[in-house]
This record gives sequence, structure tokens and C-alpha cells, in this order.
Amino acid sequence: MGEFKMPSLGADMATGTLYEWSVAPGDRVKRGDVIAEVETDKGVIDVEIWEDGIVESLLVEAGTEVPVGAVLAIIRGEGEAAPTPEPEVVETVQASAEKAPPQAVRVPEPPQPATNGKRVRISPVARRRAQELEVDIRSVQGSGPGGAISLEDVEQAAAAAEEAEHLRVSPVARRMAEDLGIDLSKVSGSGPRGAITKADVECAAEKLRQQPETAPETVLEECVEEEKARQETAVPSPPVPAKEKPDFQTRMRRAIAAAMAKSNREIPHYYLETRIDVTRTLEWLEAENLKRSIKDRILPVVPLIKATAKALADVPEMNGFWINDELQVSEAIHIGFAVSLRQGGLVTPAIHNADMKSLDELMVDVRDVIMRTRAGRLRGSDLTDSTITLTSLGDMGVEKVYGVIYPPQVALVGFGRVIEQPWAENGMIGIRKIIAATLAGDHRASDGLRGARFLDALTKHLQEVETL
Amino acid sequence: MTTAVTMTDAELKALLLENLALIAPEADLDELSADADVRDMLDIDSFDFLNFLIAVNEQTGVDIPEADYGQLISLNDIIVYLKAHA
Repeated sequence: MGEFKMPSLGADMATGTLYEWSVAPGDRVKRGDVIAEVETDKGVIDVEIWEDGIVESLLVEAGTEVPVGAVLAIIRGEGEAAPTPEPEVVETVQASAEKAPPQAVRVPEPPQPATNGKRVRISPVARRRAQELEVDIRSVQGSGPGGAISLEDVEQAAAAAEEAEHLRVSPVARRMAEDLGIDLSKVSGSGPRGAITKADVECAAEKLRQQPETAPETVLEECVEEEKARQETAVPSPPVPAKEKPDFQTRMRRAIAAAMAKSNREIPHYYLETRIDVTRTLEWLEAENLKRSIKDRILPVVPLIKATAKALADVPEMNGFWINDELQVSEAIHIGFAVSLRQGGLVTPAIHNADMKSLDELMVDVRDVIMRTRAGRLRGSDLTDSTITLTSLGDMGVEKVYGVIYPPQVALVGFGRVIEQPWAENGMIGIRKIIAATLAGDHRASDGLRGARFLDALTKHLQEVETL
Repeated sequence: MTTAVTMTDAELKALLLENLALIAPEADLDELSADADVRDMLDIDSFDFLNFLIAVNEQTGVDIPEADYGQLISLNDIIVYLKAHA
């Protein structure tokens, strides 16, 4: 019996909204099938299942926002009998009780004085506060575990008691009333929930001075009327913004902000850069593309992806995650390829197993992820699997990219624009096509020397284009 | 397949604009001058530009080798190119 849980679709994701189910109870599913759509800050994502089975039950309705890790559905394995849930639950409880560590055993609480024959569970802090505020704890409804009374419960009880006495007075108003010798019990409040404000006291004092003969009650009623009229004609306070979901743009910006802030807060970046002569690589690619119809042509970014993947195989420390204070190198090489969105923002879907694919296969993958990213049809695996990020800003005309690592990854490779430059080699000067490659590395996970090895390997693979 | 030969400049321009609108739906294409750098003006990256050329190729039958991409800067450039290579 498997549980299908709300996946974490990024380091910054805390909750997700189940947008729509693609399956119904009784449906047969197999590994890799999309079974639900989940709305995240990166748009609506198709989420896959990673086991074969039959959908037993869907536990969460469409439109529900749940935390990452919440169980969304139960998947029954092939051949597994239909469930008998009750005994199973009992077993689970027993098992966990047996396994419960000794420190989890509840320490008996010191006996509390009995009040009215009923034991009141209350924390010492709350008890002290209750004495200060003269709150009878027997009348307080506890909101803590087992009906225990918390400090907050006491405060609320005290506030409610005060409200009941119609004597909500702001501290300033109270001081002023004392100074002016005004009996607060005779002043009506115009503040929230009838609280007596400074203005109420001022007004009362003023009226009493002007008309000492009149009965104070009448005067003070006038005060409240005047204050109410003033509040009504005053510019209305801005309405409390309805708790509506920020638009997609805002949410994507916030998701990027959260991930990048975390990166710069936690990851000690080091940066290395090198210039690579790609003249031969591009000549080869042009000749190759000449043989192809326009649909099958390979974009220059594809050899960059492949060369990066091969260099990662040589220097695996750049490929993986920093988790629990240690580097977890990933054997699989899934390159997160930065795709910008026309409306702003970017997503870095994974090009899976890039080291094992031909340039043609990679071009198909690149096309696929760019199209799906821009159409808002990404899958969970696109977002979660990347083991490194590659960003190519050559189109935009910049020469170099100094990247911010996407946690928990440990490196980011950046490529700039191809530029014709005078290039000296073997005592000769020529005009060559040059691209700048940069590495942003996590210094917790690797050192500059290994980073340098990586860029060296990248150069070698990019220039040995026939073997890519 | 329609070929570029039988199309007027205005028809070709309409065809180009139609395909650009698919790539950059938010852009105001009426504002795009015929001499302006299309990729610059509409913020089109190399992937989108390739898709644009694939569509133009399919709809006009004109093959555009990669080496000629550099000649295709403005709408006028592309129209001239398509007519010359029809």
C-alpha cells in the first residue's frame, strides 16, 4: 500500500494546492504516469506517480492547499488485496507504541491543587498571570492539550472580563483622566468595541469646563456623538486587503526571491571563469546543420549541455546536493536548464541523463522542456530532479554570467555570448570564436581546485566536438 | 503549399506577423517598424527564432540555411530574403 504525497517541487515550496486529479479511484497507474495537477508558485505542475498500482482512494479534494508531504492518495500495489483498514490502523498504533523511545513517555505532572473537585491544568506562568489579573482560572476554558490553560487563555479571559465591565480604556486616556480628575465610568468610549480613547477624555474635559452646570452624563453623550460623526465624515481607512492569492507573476517572483535569498544566505559561493575557443565546435555544428532540414537543426546550446554533462562525469563533486551538512554526489546527471519566461521569471526544468544522450536526443529534450515550460505544462520530475543548473545568456548579448546556485545544488555553470576575439595560441595570433564559461561553486561542497578541473574538462569536451 | 513567389509583400508581411504573434502574444505588432530588429524589439531568443523560421519554412517552402540567419534582421530583410530564395 503506497501513499502518494504532495511532492516538494523546489527548495522554496512549503505548500501546494491540488489543482485537479487526473485519475479516479479504481484506475490502474504505472510508474511515471501523471496522476494529479498541483498548483505551485511556478505554475500548474503535472505530478507523476513513482510506483505501479491501483488508485485506492483520493484523500484530498481539488482546490485544497496542503503542506509538502501530506498524503494525497492511497495506491494499492498490483495483486495486493483490497484493504481492511481497521486492523491495519490498530497494528500501526501498536507497532509505534512498542517502538516509542523511552523519553517520549509522559512524565507525570506534579499534582495541581484541586478546585471545586475539578483539576485545572494550567502552566505556572499562566497561573501567575491569572493571579495578577485577578482572573478566576476555574472559569477559564483551556485551549491547550487536555484542556490545559495557557497564558494566552488567561489574557483573553482578562480582556473579556474587562470588556464586560465596559471599561476598555487606552493607557493614555487613563492617565489623562486621572490628571483631569474625570470619572472614567461616566465617559462613553468611541474607540474600537467602545474603548475610551484620549479624544473621548479630552472632549469630556472640554465640555465639562464649558458647561459646568449641565449634568455630566448629557455632555459626555454629546462627545461620543460628535466623535462618531467625525469618524464617519473622515476619510475611510483603507479597506483591509482581502486575503486573495497574489497573481502568478508575484508568486513566481517570491519563489525566486526565497530560493535566491536562501542561496546567498547559506552558500559560500566561489567563482571561476575561463574562455573557450569554440571556433571548430561551431564550424562542425554548422556543417552538421547544413545536412539537416530546419526542423532537425541543433541549437548551439546543445553541445554546451552535453559538454557540461561529460565534464560532470569527470568531476562529480559539482553534481549533487548539499544536504545535512554533507555533499551528496548524484550519480545521475540531470541538468537544470534555465528557461526564461516571456512574462518574466524563469524556471530550470531538468534535462534528464544528459551525459547519456546524443546531441539529437538532447535537442529533442531541450525543445520539449522549453515548450512545456512556456506553455505551463511542466511535470514534477522536471522541477525536482536537476542535479546542477546551466544558464546560457548568450542570446542576450552578455559576455559572462555569475550565477547564484539553486539550493540544495552545489554548482551552476554559466555561458555568455560567442564573441570573435583576437586569440593567441602556439605563438600565433588569429581571430577566433570565444565563449566565456563560468562556474559558481558551493565552497562547502568543493574547492577551487576541483572547480578548475571541472572547467578544464568542460573546455576539453566542448572542443572535442566529434565525441560529444 | 503556398510558395513565397506567388505572395505579395503585404501577404508575406502578414504571414510573418501572424507567426510572430504566436511567439510573442503580448507584443503590439502594429508598433513594429518594418526596418526594426525583430529579435531585439520582441525579445525573441534563439529557440523562439528557430521555431519562427521553422514555421516560415513550412508556410512558404523557402529553406533557410543556418548561415543565412544573420541576414534576417528586420521584417523587410526577411521578406526580401524569402522572395530572393523562393
